[in-house]
Amino acid sequence: MMEKDDMMLDELANKEYEFGFVTDIDMDISEVGLNEDTVRFISAKKNEPQWLLDWRMKGFKAFQKQEMPQWQNFKMPDIDFQSISYYAAPKKQAKYASLDEVDPELLRTFEKLGIPMSEQKQLAGVAVDVVFDSVSVSTTYKEHLNEMGIIFCSISEAVKNHPELVQKYLGTVVPHTDNTFASLNTAVFSDGSFVYIPKGVRCPMELSTYFRINAENTGQFERTLIIADEDSYVSYLEGCTAPMRDENQLHAAVVELIALKGAEIKYSTVQNWYPGDKDGKGGIFNFVTKRGACRGDHSKISWTQVETGSAITWKYPSLILQGDHSSGEFYSVAVTNNMQIADTGTKIHHIGANTKSRIISKGISAGRGQNSYRGLVQMGSKAKNARNFTQCDSLLIGDQCGAHTFPYIESKNNTATIEHEATTSKIGEDQVFYLNQRGIDAEQAIALIVNGYAKEVLNQLPMEFAVEAQKLLSLTLEGSVG
Amino acid sequence: MLSIKNLHANIEGKEILKGINLEVNAGEVHAIMGPNGSGKSSLASVLAGRENYEVTEGEVWLDGKNLLDMKPEERAREGVFLAFQYPVEIPGVSNINFLRTALSEIRIHRNLPPLSAKEFLKMTKEKQELVEFEAKLANRSLNQGFSGGEKKRNEVFQLAMLDPKLSILDETDSGLDIDALRIVSNGINKLRSADNAFVLITHYQRLLEYIVPDFVHVLYNGQIVRSGTKELALELEEKGYDWLKEELQGQESINTK
Ligand SMILES: Nc1ncnc2c1ncn2[C@@H]1O[C@H](COP(=O)(O)OP(=O)(O)OP(=O)(O)O)[C@@H](O)[C@H]1O
Ligand SMILES: [Mg+2]
Repeated sequence: MMEKDDMMLDELANKEYEFGFVTDIDMDISEVGLNEDTVRFISAKKNEPQWLLDWRMKGFKAFQKQEMPQWQNFKMPDIDFQSISYYAAPKKQAKYASLDEVDPELLRTFEKLGIPMSEQKQLAGVAVDVVFDSVSVSTTYKEHLNEMGIIFCSISEAVKNHPELVQKYLGTVVPHTDNTFASLNTAVFSDGSFVYIPKGVRCPMELSTYFRINAENTGQFERTLIIADEDSYVSYLEGCTAPMRDENQLHAAVVELIALKGAEIKYSTVQNWYPGDKDGKGGIFNFVTKRGACRGDHSKISWTQVETGSAITWKYPSLILQGDHSSGEFYSVAVTNNMQIADTGTKIHHIGANTKSRIISKGISAGRGQNSYRGLVQMGSKAKNARNFTQCDSLLIGDQCGAHTFPYIESKNNTATIEHEATTSKIGEDQVFYLNQRGIDAEQAIALIVNGYAKEVLNQLPMEFAVEAQKLLSLTLEGSVG
Repeated sequence: MLSIKNLHANIEGKEILKGINLEVNAGEVHAIMGPNGSGKSSLASVLAGRENYEVTEGEVWLDGKNLLDMKPEERAREGVFLAFQYPVEIPGVSNINFLRTALSEIRIHRNLPPLSAKEFLKMTKEKQELVEFEAKLANRSLNQGFSGGEKKRNEVFQLAMLDPKLSILDETDSGLDIDALRIVSNGINKLRSADNAFVLITHYQRLLEYIVPDFVHVLYNGQIVRSGTKELALELEEKGYDWLKEELQGQESINTK
């Protein structure tokens, strides 16, 4: 067993990032560095109205005053905010009527990613809004959605065409003062997606965006805002891939979700940013602030995330359950291999009466990866009969990795019920052997076991994504045997 | 088909198998009996390629191929099947998906074309009926929450699906109720052919009434100390192992003199 282990671990260690390549497209890049002029430059580039520039400035001022967070379970890397370029847009900014008009280089990039646009277009029921570095390149299915009154566009477009909606909701869930990274995002956010579902409308297809970091030294600062008006429904998918770089790149996105009375939002992410090499050189620093507000009674938001990439993931998609009978869910699979670090989890604030929440977290650690679950469940004084169920499981592959859980509970209401279950297990040599004995090699065996372990979460993803996520899990863990 | 020559194996530096010799031909059924801890499961594990056992001496051939040179999955694809004494649970992995993966690997190895979903399901249904395995178990997670007997029956269902050359059943009969023992035995009898062989590890003569062995061997202290026909099993059932042990100790003390 020892010998095979070593061999497999060796293979694992030498496993390279499959999506590492740089696309050669003309870029329009701002100079490195961050000051008020940078913020003005970005705002001017995007022809933004004054109110938005003012808000960016407020974010910048907040950012200057803030300290880096210190409570996470890893040593915060030194990030030199002055050495980053805060704006990059492909020079060819025209919107394309058909794929034939899109830069072929870009299309090849998508093909390398295994998500060829040509195929995506055919994927019935999926409208894809591609954010390539910072500016949306192509949006499909727009007309059909338009007819239903659904707005699905880049946030820059929304600022132009629906300023009243943006102004009403932007920054109301994640304020510009929230944390260092959220403030930074407020100041310099490049682009991102905007979704509005009108009253009573059920969005007939999954809305999907593929994010991608491309330019060297360019931080990625996405801003996503999704509003589900009363009794509406939407399912939104976010996927991402970053090319291989030696230096560390910063990704500091903000996502805000707002569900009004009786509305439901499902938000799914598959994150596979470049994780760095086997020695921890390079890779994305993924510091993301995601929060959803169930503002109305009987509203519902669920987060599903599959996190397989990034050198560091710092991410706690949270929920504010304001409306009575509102409910929230958080389903997460986080994988760390080699030197990857994931510090992820959720915060759920029960404010309204009879609010319900469910947390299912599955951490998988291999190599020398470190995986922490951090969760806070808060029951407010008015959260009568509120309920939470938390299950957080950790799976270890090999004996050099680590799994940690930090569950916090604060209850100001004695009618509230909070249940917490946690397990830690290792992939058993006997499980792998059992599968080997049936003709399945070690790599496939690990893939089967891990996918089985994560099934409850993967089941939450829409079909096409679930398949992609399964492949990613196997890919990330290729070669690791415990 | 299977030829084991002077096989020695250690686990954690301790010698468990101490020179096993065994020939199994196609079409035969061999039973291996022996007291607890004598090395029966160890022999099965070594044949299947479990890596915590270290083979220190000897050879194992399967139809002219050196089994000891192969990885466990290669042995399986070559047609070695081990029905485990303690089948493991694998949460979240559906029995059917797992079998589909296993079967497709084995078929690739045997140069057989892949089965369509429809063909696979048809085959699943046939084999389920053959070994009377409940369909609802086939669709559950692999052994998860199965009763002891259900796990054993799942092993036999898998055996039926994967159609191995050499099947080693490690105490598949223990834990089965009286009816299940008969059903499982019937299933195995139906799976017997002139091209395959079975090695049944068991403590109970009862199994051998259903599946009549051509040979019965007694494994004691890492060696096959006696071989015979089904009458040997009857004798053991009646008298236990003490007489054998005494006889052997007698021999040993003569040898050391
Ligand atoms: N991992 C291990 N470490 C140390 N000793 C082991 C290990 N595995 C098996 N053994 C020892 O090897 C010997 C043979 O065990 P084995 O399981 O092969 O016996 P068996 O004949 O199958 O017994 P039973 O009839 O109880 O199933 C026993 O003494 C057992 O304790
Ligand atoms: Mg045994």
